[in-house]
Amino acid sequence: MATNILMPALSPTMEEGKLAKWLVKEGDTVKSGTILAEIETDKATMEFEAVDEGKIGKILVPEGSEGVKVNAPIAVLLDEGEKLGDLPAAGSKAAAPAVPGAPKVDIPLAMKDIKAAVADLGNNMKAAAANDKGADGARIFASPLARRIAAQKGVDLSALNGSGPRGRIVKSDVENAKPGAAKPAAAGAPAAAGGAGIPGVAPLPDARLLYPAGSYEEIPHDNMRKAIAKRLTSAKTLIPHYYLTVDCNLDALMAVREKMNAAAPKGKDKVPAYKLSVNDFIMKASAMALMKHPDVNASWTDTAILKHKDADVGVAVALDFGLITPIIFKAQTKGLVEISNEVKTLAALAKEKKLKPNQYEGGGFSVSNLGMYGIKNFTSIINPPQSCIIAVGAGEERPVVRNGKIEISTVMTVTMSADHRVVDGGTGAKFLQTLKQFIEEPASMLL
Amino acid sequence: MADSYDVIVVGGGPGGYVCAIRCAQLGLKTAVVERDRMGGICLNWGCIPTKALLRSSEIWHLMHRLGEFGFSADNFKFDAAKIVARSRAVSKQLSDGVSFLMKKHKITVIPGEAKLAGKGKLTVTKDGKTTDVTAKNIVLATGARARTLPHLQPDGKLIWTYREAMVPETFPKSLLVVGSGAIGIEFASFYRTLGAEVTVVEMLDRVLPVEDEEISAFAAKAFTKQGMKLKVGTQVTELKKGANDVTCTLKDKDGKTEQVTVERVILAMGIVGNVENIGLEAAGIKVDRTHVVAGKYGETGVDGVWAIGDLVGAPWLAHKAMHEGVIVAEKIAGVKGVHPLNTSNVPGCTYCWPQVASVGLTETAAKATGKKIKVGKFPFIGNGKAIALGEAEGLVKTVFDATTGELLGAHMIGAEVTELIQGYVVAKTGELTDQELAHTIFPHPTLSEMMHEAVLAADGAALHI
Repeated sequence: MATNILMPALSPTMEEGKLAKWLVKEGDTVKSGTILAEIETDKATMEFEAVDEGKIGKILVPEGSEGVKVNAPIAVLLDEGEKLGDLPAAGSKAAAPAVPGAPKVDIPLAMKDIKAAVADLGNNMKAAAANDKGADGARIFASPLARRIAAQKGVDLSALNGSGPRGRIVKSDVENAKPGAAKPAAAGAPAAAGGAGIPGVAPLPDARLLYPAGSYEEIPHDNMRKAIAKRLTSAKTLIPHYYLTVDCNLDALMAVREKMNAAAPKGKDKVPAYKLSVNDFIMKASAMALMKHPDVNASWTDTAILKHKDADVGVAVALDFGLITPIIFKAQTKGLVEISNEVKTLAALAKEKKLKPNQYEGGGFSVSNLGMYGIKNFTSIINPPQSCIIAVGAGEERPVVRNGKIEISTVMTVTMSADHRVVDGGTGAKFLQTLKQFIEEPASMLL
Repeated sequence: MADSYDVIVVGGGPGGYVCAIRCAQLGLKTAVVERDRMGGICLNWGCIPTKALLRSSEIWHLMHRLGEFGFSADNFKFDAAKIVARSRAVSKQLSDGVSFLMKKHKITVIPGEAKLAGKGKLTVTKDGKTTDVTAKNIVLATGARARTLPHLQPDGKLIWTYREAMVPETFPKSLLVVGSGAIGIEFASFYRTLGAEVTVVEMLDRVLPVEDEEISAFAAKAFTKQGMKLKVGTQVTELKKGANDVTCTLKDKDGKTEQVTVERVILAMGIVGNVENIGLEAAGIKVDRTHVVAGKYGETGVDGVWAIGDLVGAPWLAHKAMHEGVIVAEKIAGVKGVHPLNTSNVPGCTYCWPQVASVGLTETAAKATGKKIKVGKFPFIGNGKAIALGEAEGLVKTVFDATTGELLGAHMIGAEVTELIQGYVVAKTGELTDQELAHTIFPHPTLSEMMHEAVLAADGAALHI
């Protein structure tokens, strides 16, 4: 039976497109998989392939036609031995009906850009759920009107912060959502797994689409995971990072630390009053160096740089369920023992999820230390609104050339990530030089 | 040493006293300066006493329909003095109630007139004696008063404002009302129902000009049927006082003049903010014509000075002032998540007969936004409860954004619509769309069913018509 070949929907939200080029002509025999035409949307050009076999009876829409509505007949496919007169009335149901909103867009198509297709599918799956539940299955609080407008604009509600009562998403929040959101078919529809809303950046596909169902366990995001994802994506995407690496000789520091720990008074239970770690020295040294280089102890805003008056130094604490960076406020005023004990207290609170926002929000600088895992060198993502973070590796014995001779020293590699908008290379380098000096000669911190 | 407070509210009207209560609830040491009685115009000379008067006129109206309901009585009459006395008693009860609320919340009421006197400082003058008070925050809520024009000046005897119209010593046989907004129309309705010959003059081309055009037209028809004379597109050019009457010269938009002689004239041409003598200029607070220019949270631009209510402009409604009072109180107390007032969600009610109530955009205004809209209408005649009440005259109208289903506006005229409108206000504030409203179950038999029907009607799906 003769069937109409319909304009395909290349994305769930596509309403019309351009028939850029016919790759077959009337009378051609086609089979499943034959590429029939190139279809252009504002997003991509894709090849359109035949689902059934037969003969092209008539081309209804000439190539170069713009604004061809989805599901409009564009050609007639005849069965073997059929003639043109057998074709059904235009508009009747026929092959490959693309139902907008149903996740079947990829079936009749062979896509040049498989990523785009997968992303669209991701959008689509998400869109079905977006206005009801977030990716983690938590209920999204939004007004009915906000939901309706979001559905119409293709805005992902789970990506929005509500300004209504108790954070409820209201109309104005959706209306103020990124302008790109108004065109869900355009690049950067903010519903995919990543890259949302940045013009020209293709969203990342939902990973679920790439693995067979049942081959993985699905762990819904908790709030901390969501916060980590959101903040670090923003930080790494929006902040122009650069990195400076320096080696620090720890010989002196280790010696001092040993002496100080040995001298710690012991209580009745024989537990020493403190046990300083290398990291405590690094925290202190950072605070001291920040006070000497206030340009590093700063935050970027669109209109001004905020230079902080105190050295509020964050310390990254790894948790079983994530990561958080509590802050030692006014670390420049605190001694090693005080810093050490405070870090321990905050880390314990973090592990019990008992940190209050005022214990981890803000800060001027952060220290991330993976030395205890034997990591030699790594780079960290800046923890906004701060501008710099140091990644501290393991202190290890290394051969060091000194005065033409190879000696063995305990050396630790520190890599600082800096926000170039706030801290230029030279400024960052000078800071790191001072930090190195404090670490290598802990006594100089007393000056 | 001057008394010192966290907040001093200047003006004990609905905006001011509500602001003070909210401040007190939030733990702030609060005072209110009031030059007259607590409750302001609303309680003493506005909303409340007029509702008492209109209740009397409603009963009078019903008495004339006794036969319809199966009763008979003759020779009934009214006593204007008693009607007024009841209205005053109602006001007094409520004003006393507000004074009690002040005590309950440990809010100091300072009698007198306040004036800004430098940062965080006010002088309060009472009987020629001046005292200083200080506060971290000052909320100006001095309200408004009737607008007058050079050629339209009240004298309190023959030419009234709302104040005299509320307490007539004798009941006028004929009356001319200048202005057909809520105030003018309510008095016109009251006096007409009690039998006065009433002429309403409106400069714009329709009565109740802020309402939806269709509602205005409906109201005009009802008023005319009641025997009210409506002169729209007309101005009063001269008022000439006689011994016990006033000859009014009216000029219509074609320039044609006519003269009407009435016993009393009521001036209801709008209101002006009480911006004088409170030290605004010296404090550097911006005044635009007769209103203080305030931000969306009532900020005046001067640190620690806030302004709310009629003083900051339209809509001149007590409930708008109260809401602003709460917003400012919460801002002062540092409450998180305070939202500014959304004027498109402020309902307006006029207690004439038939009553008028509305919220949001009129059909014309909605069209002007360029949005595709859909309109639903349902008449009282299709509602069982309305017919049972003997109030089958009225209309409920909804205006939706056809694309999003947003309720842009709702307009009602008829019995008890002032009590109904809040249903649509809740829907607007909660951002419900046509769908949620359509899926809402309205109790039967009630007038509220018409609200449901008017929603369904927007999709051509009304059930009882």
